[in-house]
Amino acid sequence: MFRIIKKKELNPTVTLMEVEAPLIAKKAQPGQFVILRTDEGGERIPLTIADYNREQGTVTIIYQIVGATTRILNSMSVGDCLQDFVGPLGRPTVTEGKKKVAVVGGGVGCAIAYPVVKKFHEQGTKVHAIIGFRSNELVILEEEFRSNSSKLVLMSDDGSCGEKGLVTDALKKLIESGEQYDEVITIGPLIMMKYVSMLTKQYGIKTVASMNPIMIDGTGMCGGCRLSVGGKTQFACVDGPEFNGHEIDFDEAIARSDMYKEFEQKKQDEACKLYQKEVS
Amino acid sequence: MANTSMVKNEMPAQEAEIRNKNFLEVALGYTKEQAIDEAKRCLQCKNKLCINGCPVQIDIPLFIQFVADGDFEAAYQVIARASSLPAVCGRVCPQEIQCEAKCVRGIKGEPVAIGRLERFVADYHITHGAEKQIKPISNDKKVAVIGSGPSGLACAGDLAKKGYSVTIFEALHLAGGVLVYGIPEFRLPKAIVQKEINSLKELGVDIQTNMVIGKTISIDELLNEYGYEAVFIGSGAGLPRFMNIKGENLKGVYSANEFLTRINLMKAYEESGATPIQKGSKVAVVGGGNVAMDAARCAKRLGSEVTIIYRRTEKELPARLEEIEHAKEEGIKFKFLTNPLEIVGDEKGWVKGISCQQMILGEADSSGRQKPIPIEGSNFSIEADCIIMSIGTSPNPLIKDTTEGLATQKWGGIIADERTGLTSRKAVYAGGDAVTGAATVILAMGAGKNAATAIDEYIMGSREG
Ligand SMILES: Cc1cc2nc3c(=O)[nH]c(=O)nc-3n(C[C@H](O)[C@H](O)[C@H](O)COP(=O)(O)OP(=O)(O)OC[C@H]3O[C@@H](n4cnc5c(N)ncnc54)[C@H](O)[C@@H]3O)c2cc1C
Ligand SMILES: Cc1cc2nc3c(=O)[nH]c(=O)nc-3n(C[C@H](O)[C@H](O)[C@H](O)COP(=O)(O)OP(=O)(O)OC[C@H]3O[C@@H](n4cnc5c(N)ncnc54)[C@H](O)[C@@H]3O)c2cc1C
Ligand code: SF4
Ligand code: SF4
Ligand code: FES
Repeated sequence: MFRIIKKKELNPTVTLMEVEAPLIAKKAQPGQFVILRTDEGGERIPLTIADYNREQGTVTIIYQIVGATTRILNSMSVGDCLQDFVGPLGRPTVTEGKKKVAVVGGGVGCAIAYPVVKKFHEQGTKVHAIIGFRSNELVILEEEFRSNSSKLVLMSDDGSCGEKGLVTDALKKLIESGEQYDEVITIGPLIMMKYVSMLTKQYGIKTVASMNPIMIDGTGMCGGCRLSVGGKTQFACVDGPEFNGHEIDFDEAIARSDMYKEFEQKKQDEACKLYQKEVS
Repeated sequence: MANTSMVKNEMPAQEAEIRNKNFLEVALGYTKEQAIDEAKRCLQCKNKLCINGCPVQIDIPLFIQFVADGDFEAAYQVIARASSLPAVCGRVCPQEIQCEAKCVRGIKGEPVAIGRLERFVADYHITHGAEKQIKPISNDKKVAVIGSGPSGLACAGDLAKKGYSVTIFEALHLAGGVLVYGIPEFRLPKAIVQKEINSLKELGVDIQTNMVIGKTISIDELLNEYGYEAVFIGSGAGLPRFMNIKGENLKGVYSANEFLTRINLMKAYEESGATPIQKGSKVAVVGGGNVAMDAARCAKRLGSEVTIIYRRTEKELPARLEEIEHAKEEGIKFKFLTNPLEIVGDEKGWVKGISCQQMILGEADSSGRQKPIPIEGSNFSIEADCIIMSIGTSPNPLIKDTTEGLATQKWGGIIADERTGLTSRKAVYAGGDAVTGAATVILAMGAGKNAATAIDEYIMGSREG
């Protein structure tokens, strides 16, 4: 069973969990993800493998509470078991052959960016981390990023921490100041990755974006996770989740991501009620 | 007394206007009396042509004789010698092109309803005879089976009966393959699939769900680190194809696999279901196979108006006859000789229609089927707020990509010996849709059984692996 052995709130909406899953821990690579179900009858949702411990056989996930399933997940405690936990899925991040990279993370996307940054740092690649949050109380993993990168730029929308502004502002500044990156890796909200990709295109810097479309099986069986990349249809769960940012049709991806908005709202309201009942 | 009726005994079914609003089983099965009466239509022919029509060679006249005599359990034992999934195949086999196509009674009038009788016998066994399976004595040899569809279940069952320790590795959270995620409840109740799986467990088969072979564990690891002496690949043909026309990624466009998975595996049709599904008011299904019929009939049950778009004529529809008839009775419309050109969306990225072209049938191609050719200037559009692409699937490349030396066809099918299922890799066998491309339950089951025999001979040393 997939027992939760650690749970830590990183900020009011983002939580870290360590889950017992020895087979997945043995194989996991940065950039890969798992699909989980909290309970029988639950929805299958994908979450990135934020970290893993091969010896202890554990996998770390970091999730933002955005809807019904993440809310139910967050109502579980240490010692509880997840119904299903499958992975590692997707292709790992290609980290070889680069001298210097910039990793641009936004919001909970930083949880996904962190293992990538760490891997680069460990293998001796120079890595600049640019991480952005709406405001100070939403900052996650700042220390981890600092100790695993040769430069950390923290940005906030409201200036309550780091510099005020967007991650694209920081990236542009670094590039303009003469930093030469072999590659930019961007992970975060679709709209942010779209603008990062537009920016790096101007400078001709290869860019990889980590996509997070709606998924079900995660094995290439349903096609629900499809995206247009360079005019071709790709399945994010098996061909990705990382793709060439200059070729992704972000507008289509953004449109597809709100396909179930109404349904999700209804389920979230139900989960809220249920959760409140349990608490009171 | 022989029954000389020219027509089959009708099988009781839910009324069309009632069943098209629920997910309960459509066909209700024969009563004892109906079964015996139908069995008496069999002439017990000497040359038993019907058997040649059955891919697994069930001794059809013999089991039917037992039914006529009212010894249903004996009938079951006859079927069980050749088939591991009679309750399933009796329901979903395309009988009209297999056993029943060869039946002598079909020359004048309707053939004997072999499929319905098989279903009756299997259901009778489940409700009356189902004694617990006895776990055979173990021979301490381990075999791994990848995938829990009909091929994997059949292979695992036969090996377990021979004493092997069999582990089935299934990528999804539930075992059954297409039988649980594809074919809907109203055609194949999931309780029946569950019974088959439970009886495998009683035989000692270990079923490990949430295991994506090639990701969680590789085939080489199964053989070299986990101590399995042979591996059977029954991973199916689950990769959906699209037409690569404009608009296919609009919101509201599904592959049939996604639509059916949401409904069957994730129970999206239930009010309490946690997984969403788009309930279109006007749904267009592109394709004409069993999968298209299932998708269309599911959409109908979710309250939609449904049209099936198919580029040839009714005569060429590849779906089972019974499904086509049921679909029509349930109020599903068909647009034949129609080929989609482009899917049209609104400014918010939602599908609003599909523009099509009228076709006519031209000359026969290499497969012997008449090729549809477009009629110039015949474009027209069909309004739809949900479109389900059901134009076929191919084997998932995941296993091929992660198993060195496993030879595959250009289109992705694993190359395997027709009789034994042996692949280009030692000790690795394959069968079912993963080898043939999308086919049928009975063929997949047969391939699983054949591979079980070959694996046994290989491990016991009487055959090269
Ligand atoms: C490869 C991948 C990696 C991801 N990694 C992380 C991560 O590390 N941390 C994290 O917080 N989130 C991650 N996500 C997003 C996460 O899967 C969704 O936030 C989660 O599914 C929301 O479920 P919900 O029921 O709580 O919310 P809902 O109310 O159902 O949905 C809220 C949002 O999540 C998206 N979503 C809903 N269902 C799915 C689904 N089955 N698959 C994907 N997206 C969905 C919706 O488009 C919507 O925008 C990842 C997504 C993908 C595809
Ligand atoms: C909607 C629909 C309706 C159909 N109707 C009929 C019908 O009426 N009559 C009929 O005869 N046939 C029908 N078929 C076809 C029939 O279901 C298939 O031919 C049959 O199920 C094939 O069996 P299989 O064992 O080869 O594979 P599948 O049933 O496809 O099972 C393969 C299993 O392997 C698993 N798997 C795949 N990759 C991996 C991996 N890497 N690791 C672990 N597990 C993996 C999958 O999750 C799946 O559970 C229908 C098919 C569909 C989709
Ligand atoms: S298994 Fe299929 S083909 Fe064989 S007798 Fe039964 S219904 Fe006919
Ligand atoms: S061919 Fe028809 S009538 Fe003859 S034995 Fe077979 S089922 Fe009976
Ligand atoms: S999630 Fe189903 S194909 Fe990617």
